[in-house]
Amino acid sequence: MAYGSFVLMRDLNFTINRGDIFIIMGGSGCGKSTLLRHLVGLKEPAKGDILYDGVSFTNADPDQREEMLRGFGVMYQSGALWSSLTLSENVALPLEQYTKLKPARIREIVSYKLSLVGLSGFEEFYPAEISGGMGKRAGIARAMALDPGVLFLDEPSAGLDPLSAQRLDEMILHLRDSLDTTIVIVTHELASIFAIANNSIFLDVATRTQGATGDPKVMRESCPNEDIRLFLNRGLTDEEATPLTTTGTSL
Amino acid sequence: MPDSSTSLLSSSRQKETLLLGLRGEWDIREDPPGFDSLAPQFSNGNSPAKVTFDAAELGMYDSSLISMLLQLHKECEEHGAAFDRDALPEGINQLLNMALAVPEKRDAHAGTTERALLYRVGEASLKLADEIRELLAFLGECLLSLGRFLTGRARFRKKELWVTVQECGVEALPIVSLICGLIGMILAFVGARQMAGMGAPVFVASLVAIAMVREMGGLMTGIIMSGRTGAAFAAQLGSMKVNAEIDALKTFGFNVIDFLVLPRMLALIVMMPLLTAYANLVGIAGGALVTCVGFDVSLTAYINTTIEALNFKAFALGTIKSVVFGVIVAAAGCLRGMQSGSSASAVGTAATSAVVVSITAIIVTDAIFAVITTILGI
Repeated sequence: MAYGSFVLMRDLNFTINRGDIFIIMGGSGCGKSTLLRHLVGLKEPAKGDILYDGVSFTNADPDQREEMLRGFGVMYQSGALWSSLTLSENVALPLEQYTKLKPARIREIVSYKLSLVGLSGFEEFYPAEISGGMGKRAGIARAMALDPGVLFLDEPSAGLDPLSAQRLDEMILHLRDSLDTTIVIVTHELASIFAIANNSIFLDVATRTQGATGDPKVMRESCPNEDIRLFLNRGLTDEEATPLTTTGTSL
Repeated sequence: MPDSSTSLLSSSRQKETLLLGLRGEWDIREDPPGFDSLAPQFSNGNSPAKVTFDAAELGMYDSSLISMLLQLHKECEEHGAAFDRDALPEGINQLLNMALAVPEKRDAHAGTTERALLYRVGEASLKLADEIRELLAFLGECLLSLGRFLTGRARFRKKELWVTVQECGVEALPIVSLICGLIGMILAFVGARQMAGMGAPVFVASLVAIAMVREMGGLMTGIIMSGRTGAAFAAQLGSMKVNAEIDALKTFGFNVIDFLVLPRMLALIVMMPLLTAYANLVGIAGGALVTCVGFDVSLTAYINTTIEALNFKAFALGTIKSVVFGVIVAAAGCLRGMQSGSSASAVGTAATSAVVVSITAIIVTDAIFAVITTILGI
């Protein structure tokens, strides 16, 4: 991954399995969101290839790429809802453009998708009329509009209060379990990572390559890279990485 | 032996060791000394091998001291001098540790080096070539998109087209009425003085009609639409870019040109000739008002002279020009919006640039039309 002559990350080599909840993590500015932009085709790798089901995404012709993109759903950090459309229009647009469903059927599906993210009743609201957290959830509903095989979420719980973040985590698990969606998440929210992820990549800003891949819970315990262990234990050394206590009561 | 001192900072050199004395209150509002005062110690190959400190008399300090020490640390690294900070207070050491914890990314600088004139000329030429390539690619994509529209393969929201038609059509009528009515009146005032001198004020009608239909109607509508609609297109698309809305369209596999540019271009292609026809009418009415009221010409005579002066060629020329101006306004607005950077100020710059580019392009195109029609005798 590079911006002009500035190489951001090199030698990235990892596999995401169907049904994984895969986390892209690392320190601020290491290129997590940039990697996501590569995975969804918004940026081309300076070198190398991205394969989906063994088929090259990077070298796909435009028609083939458009077909592959329809299998993706992407939620952006800001929600990126189309501001001139209501929430229901936002979710309906991909359905209107890519299916032959009748308007009444589309309304049903839109209503279902919005209810999945707890936004029933907000169908006719514009993005400017809802909160940031609701915007993120609406972004997830839109990303799921076409029942994608792979769902990409960029910092879904950033800026949310702990309870909303927890509900979002539960929703992500539910989506994976009930729809068998593969979910790729950019985040550095440790609580979310340990609650939902089964696979991950850690981007090491110091060496500008992948520091480790695998289950983050395992990485936290036994990753040979001390910086990654410290990151996953929130800056504490192994000895200190135990729950904080005061007068015998766990905090 | 001391070789320089201020009330806050003193330096003394003993062989290869530079001892810096820190004392007093370092208050950023009192302009305390910076690294500049120590720079001579590192010049002319006379750098010390070690820098140490005496901070026994140091009182209150703030960022002014830490920033000076950081710069000194950097110079020591560059000159291979040891930076012995054992004698510094613990608080200062902690702040220095924090500032030095993440090494500077030297290759992440945006390249602010001053280049030679020839280099800058070359760079500007390459940038211009890139811009021209981008413009041609954009126009090519727009043409392909129009082709897809004509063959029924373009994918966009029809509702968006009608909303844009309304925004750049009906909603533009008041400003078009005001400007073009005044243009017609100005033309009549200017012409009537000359014609009245020759005893034929009724021919002002011919002047106003020909000037409005062949030139001013389309030109003024184009300029109004540049400022009103072109800037709005650039701001709309620029904001969509800032909010990642365009990225969201791309990742759904939508063709951004079909989805965002085509409806805007179609709206202006349809509405510009209609607005121009309306502008002509209002301009002629403005001219009639001035001539009939101010110069004693009857309305019937004015209308008859206007009808005699106009012909199909004049209408056709005005209409063709208005369509071309519409394409220019839409293309400049959309291109600048799509090229906008990802900040709020970049959206403003994109809107300004869209207006400047489209007004310039409209006037240049109008001049080209004038030359061609003169050569062809139209």
